Amino acid sequence: MDYRTPLSKVRGLGSAKSGTAHWWLQRVTAVVLIPLTVWLLWLFKLSFYAPYQETAVWLSAPLNSICLLAWIVAVFYHAALGVQVVIEDYVAGDGSKIIAIWLVKLIFGVLALAASIAVFKVISAG
Amino acid sequence: MVEFTLPRNSVLQKGQTFKAAAEATNIRRFEVYRWNPDTGENPRIDTFEIDRDHCGPMVLDAILKIKNEIDSTLTFRRSCREGVCGSCAMNINGKNTLACIDAIDHYPGTIKIFPLPHLEVVKDLVPDMTHFYAQYASIKPWIETQTPAPADTERLQSKEDRAKLDGLYECVLCACCSTSCPSYWWNSERYLGPAILLQAYRWLVDSRDENTGERLDDLEDPFKLYRCHTIMNCTDTCPKGLNPAKAIAETKKMLVRRQQG
Repeated sequence: MDYRTPLSKVRGLGSAKSGTAHWWLQRVTAVVLIPLTVWLLWLFKLSFYAPYQETAVWLSAPLNSICLLAWIVAVFYHAALGVQVVIEDYVAGDGSKIIAIWLVKLIFGVLALAASIAVFKVISAG
Repeated sequence: MVEFTLPRNSVLQKGQTFKAAAEATNIRRFEVYRWNPDTGENPRIDTFEIDRDHCGPMVLDAILKIKNEIDSTLTFRRSCREGVCGSCAMNINGKNTLACIDAIDHYPGTIKIFPLPHLEVVKDLVPDMTHFYAQYASIKPWIETQTPAPADTERLQSKEDRAKLDGLYECVLCACCSTSCPSYWWNSERYLGPAILLQAYRWLVDSRDENTGERLDDLEDPFKLYRCHTIMNCTDTCPKGLNPAKAIAETKKMLVRRQQG
């Protein structure tokens, strides 16, 4: 028999006093990604139609390197925030939820790192 | 939480059909969800044929006619019959609404009537509102002040500040919005849902309340507030024409302003 009152169940462990930064940064990265992704089309065009050397030189220009690194940081951060929300929505158990969220953060962190290193390699060779 | 297998009592059976009198010419069919906890049987759908020439204009009139004249065991809540009490909230042809202000002529053919989705059913069209009401109590839906009330007047409010409560105070807590929200279906243990968040916002913007910060503290939580993903079913279904999604968005904006402003 469950003798806890409905109000006690609703209040539970209380408010986490967080979530605003997560929600806000998801919006900020989404807005930032709009111009960055438009810019990225340029890089796609070069990658597909220009010789490798020309693309590498173009990418080595400081503004272009910064834009690509910013896109990488923003897109993986945005993705990690978004997938975390999906996990929170659909994964019921506390343990599996915590592990899943940290795995997602780890995977997207490593991907962002790998992508950044690839950019550094290309621009240092070009 | 998400379930991929059907829980008990999910499979609907075909129930009885109650034909209209032979002389009736203007017939409308109603398919009504029936479940009796005492029989141990699965829920069934009963079909009632109603003579529209001897029935009021609203869906609630038809339900009352069924109870009064055809099957007195049909169980449902109703009180004011004019959309101010919120008792007769139910799912009519797939949309949550108040049966008393929903015209039968609003629909072309057979009208299907189910209890509000994703709440435990007590019997027939009566859902268990215990958790919903506890969530309402948890947001402290009353004025909280440190300043004592003036000795000989009420607490005053400018006309502009009073206008901020329009679109909020009209909420009758019928739960149509909350039970139409997929996020509330999956996570209602912790997510407060649109109705309760609209009520919380009603106290956040009340100029006479002095506890706005603490109220925001209590709401700032990945589950209590931020399970809202702006799906907008709440605003779409509200039988009073209110906009819970906007109240939630304004609450989120208040929290951002507190941190960034």
